[in-house]
Amino acid sequence: MDLNQLWFILLGFLLAGYAILDGFDLGVGILHLSARDDRERRIMMNSIGPIWDGNEVWLVTFGGAMFAAFPNVYATVFSGFYVAFMLLLFALIFRAVSIEFRSKRDSAAWKRFWDFSFFGASLLATFLFGVAAGNALIGIPINAEGVFTGAFLDLLRPYPILIGLLTVSFAVMHGAIYLYLKTEQALQQLVHRWMWRGFGLSLISYMLATIFTMAVMPEALRNFREHSWSWLIVIATVFAFANVPRAIFLGRPFYAFLSSSFTILALVFLFSFTLYPNMVVSSTSPDYNLTVFNSASSEKTLGIMTVIALIGMPFVLAYTAVIYWAFRGKVRITEHSY
Amino acid sequence: MDVVILSRIQFALTIMFHYLFPPLTIGLGLLLVFLEGRYLKTKDLQYEAATKFWTKIFALNFALGVATGIVMEFQFGTNWAAYSRYVGDVFGSALAAEGIFAFFLESGFLAILVFGWDRVSAKMHFVATILVALGSIFSAIWIIVAISWQQTPAGFVLREVATPAGTVMRAELASFREVLFNPSTVDRLVHVLLGAFVLGAFFVLSVSAYYLLRERHVDFARKSFTTAIWVAAVASIAMLISGDSQGRMVARHQPAKLAAMEGIFHTTDSGAPIHVIGIPDSEEKTVRYSLEIPGLLSFLVHRDFNTPVPGLDQFGADIPPVGLTFFSFHLMVGLGIYFIVVTLYALWCLKRGTLFNRKWLLWVFVFSVIGPFIANEIGWVAAEVGRQPWIVYNQLRTSEAVSQNLTPSQVLGSIIMFGAIYAMLFAVWIYLLNDKIQKGPEPVSIPPKGSLRDAVDVASRYPGHTDSLTEAKDKD
Repeated sequence: MDLNQLWFILLGFLLAGYAILDGFDLGVGILHLSARDDRERRIMMNSIGPIWDGNEVWLVTFGGAMFAAFPNVYATVFSGFYVAFMLLLFALIFRAVSIEFRSKRDSAAWKRFWDFSFFGASLLATFLFGVAAGNALIGIPINAEGVFTGAFLDLLRPYPILIGLLTVSFAVMHGAIYLYLKTEQALQQLVHRWMWRGFGLSLISYMLATIFTMAVMPEALRNFREHSWSWLIVIATVFAFANVPRAIFLGRPFYAFLSSSFTILALVFLFSFTLYPNMVVSSTSPDYNLTVFNSASSEKTLGIMTVIALIGMPFVLAYTAVIYWAFRGKVRITEHSY
Repeated sequence: MDVVILSRIQFALTIMFHYLFPPLTIGLGLLLVFLEGRYLKTKDLQYEAATKFWTKIFALNFALGVATGIVMEFQFGTNWAAYSRYVGDVFGSALAAEGIFAFFLESGFLAILVFGWDRVSAKMHFVATILVALGSIFSAIWIIVAISWQQTPAGFVLREVATPAGTVMRAELASFREVLFNPSTVDRLVHVLLGAFVLGAFFVLSVSAYYLLRERHVDFARKSFTTAIWVAAVASIAMLISGDSQGRMVARHQPAKLAAMEGIFHTTDSGAPIHVIGIPDSEEKTVRYSLEIPGLLSFLVHRDFNTPVPGLDQFGADIPPVGLTFFSFHLMVGLGIYFIVVTLYALWCLKRGTLFNRKWLLWVFVFSVIGPFIANEIGWVAAEVGRQPWIVYNQLRTSEAVSQNLTPSQVLGSIIMFGAIYAMLFAVWIYLLNDKIQKGPEPVSIPPKGSLRDAVDVASRYPGHTDSLTEAKDKD
């Protein structure tokens, strides 16, 4: 394995970390309006209050690592998806400040505004991530220089929209399971219903996405044919996903959470594995595809980045563990809460 | 307008709004470490109240810094794709390192700092406070490495790489150490951190002076003011030394920028003057209404009054916009001198014991906080506008760096979006800051909400008890 491949894997690791961690707090945002009163909404918001920011750092680091390791991909994707990324920034800014501002003033209208903004921003951001992933899979019009030659509406085709709905569904399921772990009594019963709804939506969108991927991407199975071990991952995905309802049914929510986390990890793997060695597919000509090999930084840079990651990532995992441990258990509203 | 101008406006708008927050969090972060350290040592509840009060202000600023900071990371790719392709090999690793080494540290332990008072031990909380402050400084280090490399590129080679469209040139890493310690990193870092300390100190001075004038939280305000005035004075004087060192660095590596900052249109035969005030006229190539100190620039740069300093006429067409560079630089220096004068005067009054009786001086401090905000912003304007027309000094032009697929209307649309959001955020920020400052720190003489409920809260913090209490409730 060379450094280019290693960095493709490390980017996948960062993306999976982001999808699993921010996945549930985006899901909490999408479910936010289902809470029935101020106390429930505060509990929901405070369930992610201490951790959403750290979760979002996975995205920031993913962006930074992509810039460093595959500058051509970073440049093409971020400029090509210009309008989509501006909408994403709009959503991420509003999400951040909604959490921060909502409880700062005791006014129903004020809270209502930030409630809707928190919900809308979470939904929009989650959907856009899926749209971006869908477009990466089926390809976007880019020329030989790697410059995007399409328009924003070209990105909103049926397949990317379906992947957008898939990410929203999984976020709802994942977020509901997380909330189930953090809540009690009536609110917990409410999110219990959302766990099932989220699972149902995820199941439908997952099946549709699988069928459509086969239909619109003739190349989709190329890597799976070449590397038969990869079918084990497919099977593991199905088992992990099937284990979610089983664990919910058995009343073991933490087990359900682990299962849904593993499912998301596996989906990110399948996404990356299907793409490889491409990172962005050009719908103009396969010769213009941005690949792990033609879009990467020099070997020297990738080597230094590997050292940085080797030093830094153990710390990152340690911090994450410490923070989640410190805020374990049910949400308690205190004077310091949002 | 074309995409280049619009993208520059957008970058200026988003970075300048973002930069309201990081220096304040760096400055206040150190303050928190100091206050909480005092609290742990003395067990004085006043320090605890002060720590909690400033933590709330810190957290508000931090949240806005995060929300506006993510825009910056995206923008290199969205608007400056050609730049990203050209420098990604060198510049990207500093950005990624910032994420791995700084952002995770800050954002993780911020949770404990803000929400963890009852969740972890006092010592662990203090460790979290230190780590957050460290994280914000690490973040400054890495981003300044990246920015400084743009100003004084080092440790790279230009290499041709094959693409489907043929071979293109890009900068590739040659020496990571030289990139890290490029000629301007250290000077810039010191200058930026001092700028953050000055801002943090003036912020505390402003709030404390306001309390003193309103005769609220007087004890708290006196302690805060007395500490902050020392920090402000020392940092402001250190700034002078740092500024001098940085000026000489600019003279060595970016002489065109220095000439624009000082309005030196023509290379002098002997010593070059400082224009204390004046209006540069690029048409006539002169500084109007100027008050000059002959030879001083030469002395500052070369430690000799008679050594010539290259003027803008030496650099052909590749010179930065003189007016903006000149004014922003001069305003920054003027403010810096003001900080020294006002803090030294306040210290002198403090020594004589008359400080807290001088209402006018306290009012001056209430409003002086605007000064460091402006100085931090326009210092960067001078540095970055002074780098033009280059985006990477002497390597890549700003005009060649934008994304090729963008249309002016797309960029105009995003400028309007950011403009509207930031105007709203600015209003809410000021409103909430004012709200928190009006509420002030919790009074320490009355035991906080002493009641049975608190006893239950305290008891329920122990995990074992939480379980049993919850179970008991469920069975009801």
